[in-house]
Amino acid sequence: MESNVQQFPPFREASAPPAHDDHAGHEHTEHHEPNFWQKYIFSSDHKVIGIQYGFMSLCFMLFGFFLMLLMRWQIAHPGVPVPVLGPLLEKILGQPAAHGAISADLYNSFGAMHGTIMVFLGVVPLAFAAFGNYVVPLMIGAPDMCFPRINMASFHAFFLGGVVMLVSFFIPGGAAQAGWTSYSPLATTIPTNGQAFWLVGMVLLITSSLLGAVNFIATIIQLRAPGMTWMRLPWFVWAQFVTAFILLLAFPPLEAAGVLQLMDNVAHTSFFLPTGLAIGGQLADRSGGGSPLLWQHLFWFLGHPEVYVLILPAMGIVIEVIANNTRKPIWGYKSLVYSVLFVGFLSFIVWAHHMYLTGMGQKIATFFQATTMMISVPSVIILTCMFLSLWGGSIRINTPMLFALGFLPMFGIGGLTGLPLGLAAADLYLHDTYYIIAHFHYVVAPGTIFALFAGVYFWFPKMTGRKMNEFWGRVHFWCSLAFMNIVFMPMFAQGIKGMLRRMSDGAVNYSAARVPGAIDALPGSVMQLNGVILWAAICLGIAQIPFIINLFWSINHGEKVGTNPWRATTLDWQTPTPPPHGNFEHTPHVVRGPYEYSAPGHAEDFTPQDEPVSPSAPLTPTAHH
Amino acid sequence: MEIPYTIETRPDTGLYNAKLGIWLFLASEVMLFGGLFSAYVLLRVGAEHGMWPHGWLNVTLGTVNTLLLALSAITTLLAWAACKVRDFTKFKIFHACTILLALTFLGIKSYEYHDKLIHYEIKLNNGTFADGHMVEESKDFDLAKKTGTVTLHGRVVADEKELMDLRAPAAQSAKLDEVTVAATDIKSMGNYGPRHNTFTAIYFTLTGLHALHILGGTIVIFYFWAFGGAMWKTDPERFTNRIEVSGLFWHFVDLVWIFLFPVLYLT
Amino acid sequence: MSESDKPVNLKSYFRLCGVVFLVVLCTTSAMIATSFSHIGEGWTLKVTLILAIAVVNAFLVAGYLMHLLSEKKLIYTVLAFTVFFFIGLLGLTLGATFGFPPGTVSH
Repeated sequence: MESNVQQFPPFREASAPPAHDDHAGHEHTEHHEPNFWQKYIFSSDHKVIGIQYGFMSLCFMLFGFFLMLLMRWQIAHPGVPVPVLGPLLEKILGQPAAHGAISADLYNSFGAMHGTIMVFLGVVPLAFAAFGNYVVPLMIGAPDMCFPRINMASFHAFFLGGVVMLVSFFIPGGAAQAGWTSYSPLATTIPTNGQAFWLVGMVLLITSSLLGAVNFIATIIQLRAPGMTWMRLPWFVWAQFVTAFILLLAFPPLEAAGVLQLMDNVAHTSFFLPTGLAIGGQLADRSGGGSPLLWQHLFWFLGHPEVYVLILPAMGIVIEVIANNTRKPIWGYKSLVYSVLFVGFLSFIVWAHHMYLTGMGQKIATFFQATTMMISVPSVIILTCMFLSLWGGSIRINTPMLFALGFLPMFGIGGLTGLPLGLAAADLYLHDTYYIIAHFHYVVAPGTIFALFAGVYFWFPKMTGRKMNEFWGRVHFWCSLAFMNIVFMPMFAQGIKGMLRRMSDGAVNYSAARVPGAIDALPGSVMQLNGVILWAAICLGIAQIPFIINLFWSINHGEKVGTNPWRATTLDWQTPTPPPHGNFEHTPHVVRGPYEYSAPGHAEDFTPQDEPVSPSAPLTPTAHH
Repeated sequence: MEIPYTIETRPDTGLYNAKLGIWLFLASEVMLFGGLFSAYVLLRVGAEHGMWPHGWLNVTLGTVNTLLLALSAITTLLAWAACKVRDFTKFKIFHACTILLALTFLGIKSYEYHDKLIHYEIKLNNGTFADGHMVEESKDFDLAKKTGTVTLHGRVVADEKELMDLRAPAAQSAKLDEVTVAATDIKSMGNYGPRHNTFTAIYFTLTGLHALHILGGTIVIFYFWAFGGAMWKTDPERFTNRIEVSGLFWHFVDLVWIFLFPVLYLT
Repeated sequence: MSESDKPVNLKSYFRLCGVVFLVVLCTTSAMIATSFSHIGEGWTLKVTLILAIAVVNAFLVAGYLMHLLSEKKLIYTVLAFTVFFFIGLLGLTLGATFGFPPGTVSH
């Protein structure tokens, strides 16, 4: 690794070589000020694209959250008109929201779209595309992404995909209703074109992710600054690198499945429809001969790696924030790197643990159980490294650090409750209950989304030159932490008691009150939790208001800070703030690892990666343990 | 700062950016067609015994298309080589051939599609099947109103399975005639479009997606062919790289066809 | 050094292309001949043979026309993982769908 450093061209001033790239050329020669459209809509600058992604995905997340609030109302008070928003819903959506109440079809739409929006339009674009775009080129010392125009195309495909998804709410019959997993034959037999819209939207979103993934991998491999060897990469970059590979290789089979299901829906083929399928008591006018399980395999071939797409960038953010705020090198950098590579590799061969209930031979079920248990090992290594990094540090508490610290136990709960689901025997009982809802929400909501909040608070000063308000940040954190747990913790109990997910009546028809004496009917105590969850969810929504105001207010009124307010070592903090087009004034030359905090023999408690080695100071080793 | 390694190669990887980019993209394409190919295998293995069609596609046309694509792959390589020796005229000639070959391929493909879309299978009320290419529908033909007649060039069989293996001796020796069927005798009727059965479904999907790739590749190559002169004058090295990268995509599309042809036409 | 750095000679490319086209012609004929032959019972053996020939053909196109044979290690690595995951997708899906013990009542 070290020997490669010598092969790079020697240090050169930015102005010396003539510009090859056409738009970089304009910068030097014409210096015209780009207008609004060029600057914010059709920009090929990775920082602008990152902010575009960030803004859009936060909006989508808020929208997805509102869908969930409406569903929680319906679960707690089945059939009762939604207060305040009810008349509005009826006006916009018409019959499915008659009298302001949520019909079963509408509930199904909201459920499917809540999942789709949160995963594909909220968390992935924020964690991967937004933070990845903004931070990765800065961290590796690159002037931009490898292919700026493809980067722009990727955002536009994402935007179009989002529009298609949103438009589907307003077509006759409403949006897709078959769950975010869109299992066939249900997805093909529901009489609405919403599913076709969903599929077209997905194909656009997948295309966007693929273009992004190619760009990220090429950027990380090709554009690392001189001296930025693989083992000097900040771990966040490693996480994004593995994520990009997962997206690159796991998404295309879902795109293939999407095309096939689109054919089923539009051209009336039978890829996923079995022979003899009856719809509403009538034999369907289809050739049959297809396989419903094929959809599930192709879906989960992406679906499971997607979990790691959601979690790895979030873990990357947490590592950066923890290293920065414990003021000492991250514990076990190399173990972290090998773990993330191993997670990425294994994530491709665990998918069928979502399908134990479909029935499969013992041998293949054993294989998937084994790989599923194996993949928890590197995940636990990563989490352990995070915990051990705290050991003996003089921890600096601020909002990003609070969110990063909140991530640790929350992700721990989410991860460990997943183990029973990876074993077929336990999964057969817990499958499709609220237990699984609680499990994956613990991973993604107080897990990933907390890490994303940490990222927003952490890199906000880089984007704007101002800090977000610390007091309101802490209010946001503590309220979110409390209400997240009140929302999701009861769901474990509900699930273990046998309450199924995806029921538009909030399981009231399975309650002991409705069917007294039935075996395993849900007792009143379990049903009452629905009310608790509703109010906790509403409070969780209110707890986001300080964040939203803080975010926009701080752009112009936050505390002004210098280029490196967190006193961080990585290259993203060694540029002007906000970074200009081209990011760096000179090509940075990296001479040390990413987490050189409190290195002995240095005046400051941090040593930037590109600070030249002074002859008097002792050369610091690249990785601490 | 400008983006490095757009033309020259990075020392430790030995690649320029676009070359790595296209190979990554092709890797994702492998998984895309891999997913579809897996679907094909699963549908075929899971098909009811004797219900997977054989010999439904025209091997001659498939062979011609295979050779056309192989030739176009060769002209693509030569176009790149011409760029490397800085011979723009030869580049123009070779890529003109590529575009013409690609368009011929698409022409033959659409003829094959048309041939399937005018091929009908009619399930008759007496349990037999009339199968063949549409000759004509009488003017008053209306399936819903049960009026008129329809004439096919084909045959009538007692069991649908007889229509599956057209390579079987019985099917080879079967005589094709004009068959006229009255609407009153028709139980159901449909062409060999994607919905006919899982074979036509996967055939249209695979070849359709492949044809879209051909179309996309042709447009890109045409763009470089028609408007590449400007870049050729200012930066021939960069232009050569673009031709190499678009060529790699084109070869991949050829590679997909190398598997589609035997899988759909020959087995 | 990479392929693009080698001194180029159009003639050598013509020769290469001629050979490649001849081999493609041969492999295609071999596939068709196998398809219409009467070896083996049913299609299993024939499908295997035809796919094997197709792999040879594909190797030729990828190796020479896409000059993969003289490509960099990095690209081999990416493609190796891709092929591995494709085999995993196909193999495990088939295994999960049809890998039941004999006598299992199927769906």
